[in-house]
Amino acid sequence: MKQTESIHTIGGRLAAMLFSLLVLLLFGMAAVAQADAGMGGTQERIAPIGEVRLAGQPPVEVSAEPAAIQEQETQLKAAPRPGRSDYPNVGVSSRAIVWVLGQMHLFFGALVLAVPLFVLLIELVGVYTRDDRYDDMAHEFMKISLTGFSITAIFGGSLALALFLLYPDLMGYLMNVFGAQWLVYAGLFFFESFFLYIYYYGWNALRYGNLKWVHLTLGLLLNASGLTIMVLANSWATFMMAPSGVNEVGAVVGNIWEVMKGPLWNPINLHRFIANIAFGGAVVGAYAAFKFLSAKDPVKRAHYDWMGYTSNFIAILSFLPLPFAGYWLMAEIYAYSQQMGITAMGGILAWLFIVQAVLIGTILLAGNFYLWSGMSRTDGSERYKGLIKVIALVLVVSFLIWVTPHTLILSASEISLLGGSHHHILGPLGIMPAKNIAVNLMLIATFLSFQLYRRSDKVATVRWAPMGNALMVAVYVGAVVNIIFLGVYYGYFTNTVYKVGSSVAQVVTTLVVIVFGLVIDSLMFKKAKVLPSHWGRIPDRAQYALFALPIAFTWLMALMGYVRSSVKTHWHVYTVMKDNSPDNFIPTIGYAGNMITLVTVLFLLCVLFMFWVANLSGSKQPKPGAVAAGGEA
Amino acid sequence: MSVLLKTLGFSLGLTLLFTLVTYLLPQVKGEAPVEKAVDLGSLTMESFIALGDEIFHNKGTCTLCHQPAPLGRAPDIGGEDMVALANKHLADERYQGDAKNAEEYIRESLLHPGKYVVAGWGKKGSNDTESPMPMVDKPPIQLTPIEIDAVIAWLEAKDGGEVTVTLPTAEAAAEVASAATADDSGKAPVLATTAVEALAKYACTSCHAMDSNDVLVGPGLVDIGSRLSKEELRQSIVEPNAVVAEGFPPAMPPDFASKMTVSELEMIVNYLAEKKG
Repeated sequence: MKQTESIHTIGGRLAAMLFSLLVLLLFGMAAVAQADAGMGGTQERIAPIGEVRLAGQPPVEVSAEPAAIQEQETQLKAAPRPGRSDYPNVGVSSRAIVWVLGQMHLFFGALVLAVPLFVLLIELVGVYTRDDRYDDMAHEFMKISLTGFSITAIFGGSLALALFLLYPDLMGYLMNVFGAQWLVYAGLFFFESFFLYIYYYGWNALRYGNLKWVHLTLGLLLNASGLTIMVLANSWATFMMAPSGVNEVGAVVGNIWEVMKGPLWNPINLHRFIANIAFGGAVVGAYAAFKFLSAKDPVKRAHYDWMGYTSNFIAILSFLPLPFAGYWLMAEIYAYSQQMGITAMGGILAWLFIVQAVLIGTILLAGNFYLWSGMSRTDGSERYKGLIKVIALVLVVSFLIWVTPHTLILSASEISLLGGSHHHILGPLGIMPAKNIAVNLMLIATFLSFQLYRRSDKVATVRWAPMGNALMVAVYVGAVVNIIFLGVYYGYFTNTVYKVGSSVAQVVTTLVVIVFGLVIDSLMFKKAKVLPSHWGRIPDRAQYALFALPIAFTWLMALMGYVRSSVKTHWHVYTVMKDNSPDNFIPTIGYAGNMITLVTVLFLLCVLFMFWVANLSGSKQPKPGAVAAGGEA
Repeated sequence: MSVLLKTLGFSLGLTLLFTLVTYLLPQVKGEAPVEKAVDLGSLTMESFIALGDEIFHNKGTCTLCHQPAPLGRAPDIGGEDMVALANKHLADERYQGDAKNAEEYIRESLLHPGKYVVAGWGKKGSNDTESPMPMVDKPPIQLTPIEIDAVIAWLEAKDGGEVTVTLPTAEAAAEVASAATADDSGKAPVLATTAVEALAKYACTSCHAMDSNDVLVGPGLVDIGSRLSKEELRQSIVEPNAVVAEGFPPAMPPDFASKMTVSELEMIVNYLAEKKG
């Protein structure tokens, strides 16, 4: 009874707070609207009172000077053209400072945007399955990432200060272009923090019944604030890559929406949205793996095994569509500026796609290895063990094709040994059609691992199961043949235009396999016989796959950030504001590798701190008297 | 070994492995284009053609797209006889441009690539009516008329063709400098706050060497302060044709008086007056 009352009290207070927030919001909007309508607005308040005349008399003619000044003021303002001396020198590379701070801000920003997203989904699953384990796990995910919000803000604030100090002209220009949007951005943090703290601290107070739906709504509003923050920040990055709403000298000629909605905005929004989830899943997976390895209690090991499995599931499932989002982004970059696209994919930056292949290969191999190791949890997995070898072979061969470079820097003797600048067999594997085949086959193989894992603790009971299996095999075979045919025929026997077009058909084929597999399995295993799963029965070495994932994801994110920023070459804002700073060149891949390793290690240390703080709240120092008594005993 | 040390060691090891991969790849730096002063006095057609070659492969970024199949995303003009190709396209019934000869055709392709799109190389879905090529005189490439001439000269010469473009003159160089100062498209220019900025803003250094007596387009100014008084310096900027240095054409833009602010003029004059060799 008392508990019910307290819940009602909390519910009432929460409603009051939400109501107050809503009133404040409406009041603010009304004030802005009123100002715009000229009712006590800015225009009226600051209009000079300098003219006294008799009622009915015509207004005094104003002199030509104010009109000239007015005209001058309304003249469009071009982007600044800073010279080398306009960039402050603090003794360390300005770009390196901004690089580290920006990347750390992005890592943590990605993490704290992603975690509430899948936490909300896990919480929702808990509501529908009425299984408290989901709710507890969701709560634990929030707990371990809570400090991340503060760390994001610390790096964000430091980044802003560094940018204003080191790139004052650029920041002045961006302030001018985006105007009041910056204030909206800042304002959203109030909303995000408001919803975050109530969502987290109100978890147990709003756990059951209708209050649970209030809690879920808070989670939704938290995610809405976070995602809005992300898309606003994305608009700055995409404006710098492909400016819109400004003329050829960078003067603003459009409204804020035209400035924000550049050609690359939505592709980046989608790409970052998906990538953040994969990244967030991978980071919390490492936490689960660490706790699993540290735990001795079988119940705790089972809990963290399940948590690690869920994290890996989130990371890999959201990772699968990521190449397609990346493909859309690159296609839009090519459509905006072929020159920019080729700088990324065929110019000096092209080499880093070899590193990208190594990283994605690591992610896929680690994800698959974890799934295969996880099959030991059920006895029903024995029937699929043979297929694992085939999948492993496909992954390794595809990985090797992906990392095969096209052009090598060779000495004259090496060229004569090779018989030309390209190897006659391996040379064709270096170009995109071969890599498109490889990456699609790797994705299909990973989905097959996932599908086998999901099937390993089930036995289908529907009559049409054999036919369903035959159909699934046919889809896999057809897809593989189609992907190889499209890649080989259009990639090597037609010109570039068809080559690019055929890769879209390859991607669609892979998506068809994934969608078809999910649909057929959900129907075939609807009333399946479920075999027992033994959570915690997994080799320790499998947990290292869960460490490999966040390391590779972190490295990959930083590497792609280097590409995204470098395609602007020597421009702060592409084509409208040149970068004349001492760092206006694209650094070598080795230098970028050092910087990426630095930020990855820093991130690793900060994440360790974040996990440590999360666990600190559960620790309690024994009372000194009790320790002494215990010691004596 | 504790779990923490093992997992940290594994994570750091993996990170270093990825770093190692970056060192196995070619270490190439992407330099920003640098300003290059051309000495008209010693410029020969041979060096002008070599300049075009360099621009084609570097600042012009032409080779990003113009490469041999299957890598190319545009015709392989580096590998084909450009003059013959230009004449072939001029004879094409689809050609609707204004060019009458190979030089004009190449120039038109650089400045207005959409005038004629080679079959099969148009923007996707445009049925070869739209070109994906950027205009080379606009950002981000921004070649000057002299640089465009150099590229044309190289394209004509590389397969043994006759070079029809002429070497740049002092007047052309002055035009480029003048265009650089008036490149604000009618917008209020940013005021220079130092003499160096003002010299850069009005492109003085395009024609005058500041730290030597080398002749670019105009005379070197390293000791100008010992040769001219402040009054004379001021006059030579606002009325450049009143007294022209011996042996030099009257190529200095005559409109600085209407472009410079008083403070910018004074900063330049004071700066030059201190240059005494």
